[in-house]
Amino acid sequence: MKKIINEPDHVVDEMLNGLAFAYDSLVTRIPETTVIARKVEKSNKVGLVSGGGSGHEPSHAGFVGKGMLSAAVAGQVFTSPTPDQVLEGIKAADEGAGVFLVIKNYTGDVMNFDMAKELAELEDIDVEFVIVDDDIAVEDSTFTAGRRGVAGTVFMHKILGAAADSGASLSEIKELADKVNEQLFSIGLALSPATNPEVGKPGFELEDQEIEFGIGIHGEPGYRRETLQPSKELAKEFVTQLKKEMNWSESDRYAALVNGMGATPLMEQFVFMNDVKKLLVDDEKLDLAFRKVGDYMTAIDMAGVSLTLLKIEDDQWLDYLNAPVDVIGW
Amino acid sequence: MVDVKKVQSWLTLFGEKVTENKEHLNQLDTAIGDGDHGSNLTRGAAAVKEKLDGQSYDELTDLFKDVGMVLVSKVGGASGPLYGSAFISMAKEAKNDADLSQLITAGLDGIVKRGNAKTGEKTMVDMWSPVIDSIKDGSLSDESIDEILQKTKDMKASKGRASYLGDRSIGHIDPGAQSSAYLFQALIEAGVINE
Repeated sequence: MKKIINEPDHVVDEMLNGLAFAYDSLVTRIPETTVIARKVEKSNKVGLVSGGGSGHEPSHAGFVGKGMLSAAVAGQVFTSPTPDQVLEGIKAADEGAGVFLVIKNYTGDVMNFDMAKELAELEDIDVEFVIVDDDIAVEDSTFTAGRRGVAGTVFMHKILGAAADSGASLSEIKELADKVNEQLFSIGLALSPATNPEVGKPGFELEDQEIEFGIGIHGEPGYRRETLQPSKELAKEFVTQLKKEMNWSESDRYAALVNGMGATPLMEQFVFMNDVKKLLVDDEKLDLAFRKVGDYMTAIDMAGVSLTLLKIEDDQWLDYLNAPVDVIGW
Repeated sequence: MVDVKKVQSWLTLFGEKVTENKEHLNQLDTAIGDGDHGSNLTRGAAAVKEKLDGQSYDELTDLFKDVGMVLVSKVGGASGPLYGSAFISMAKEAKNDADLSQLITAGLDGIVKRGNAKTGEKTMVDMWSPVIDSIKDGSLSDESIDEILQKTKDMKASKGRASYLGDRSIGHIDPGAQSSAYLFQALIEAGVINE
């Protein structure tokens, strides 16, 4: 393992210090916690909190600031933060109008955030939440832990952040979140695994020409191993799977996110975007009304990409996606 | 009924076993998870050790509660809330002058209430549930614990991160069942079972 770190189990603490120092005009680290909070005057708006394991940078602290998250809670690498830390995030975000939690659908995240919600309610803070489950690679059934929350979460942060900034109430944000969640679909692949600094070894092994299909964001194996193909074939595979799920029609409007998993250069992400455009716009005649390319929800140093499509059900969602923000990573 | 000092030895020994076997737990978790079960529990074990070292407890309920709360606030992931809930439930049950099998049963209830798993889903429940039966019929031993552990190998995971792998989860021992095996091995070693 070759990383620029000190002690592996100090990585998260040192990362948070480095981040808060570098961007201290935008954010602050709440002392003795793993919470990064925005430096924005409170004004009775709904607080928006997200978080999860570290290793998905710029998620989640990269989205803390005006127009997006009020606070982000960092767990150990690939490990959900504990309820006491999430509670600190809730308290930091609270402006008196309630706090909304964006939770990704993982057993750990759901349990820890749920316990935090109970604690917050004991302190008279109204809390609502959405459990994002955009990943289509996993079957949502009683025989799985349900679909994972992956890169689509970033669109959720953006839309809810804009809504909160424009004065939406806690219940309005809840309603919006549920609607957006229903329209969010993602799928990913990996060319090489991630190495968690605390574990010291890659999460799985791939041969030279192998790729891992249907990966999540925690470095676990995917559900299928395939042979590496040109970008346009990979894009075709993604589009085929997404089409089966989404049943789209010509002229439907979508927001699209090509998300790097951490070790894939922008060069490749843009090649992939180009292939996605050929399929979705030229062939399928969809309107990709909003597009973003880059590292938004990574798995440390995994090479790979994910594609997220959000069906635009309301013009306002596009306004929210396009609204300016003051954060590190958007 | 159940000796507080022996329970403190039990829980300290559990922490030691988990720490000694950190790499093994991480390895099991690499096959069907994200590779950090050992690291997470080791962090929890260190915090429990710090809490318990030099402390002496009169009441079993206080001991279980302290361990549960430390695990919840230090472990994270799914293991933190699950192990934490187990000990917190045991803390509550200890107020009723419970015997060992009642305490462990309460622990399992805490796990099931928090995580909603049943037996056969390839989780720690697949260790706790048969172990309770073994405690009741006096057959708990290192061998019986290992037999129970091996049974998780061929299960298909339908809970937790391993469930994302579908059939690929078959053929691997469940990491949560392994760490729970250490718990019950420590139970025997600390002499909490008086048979």
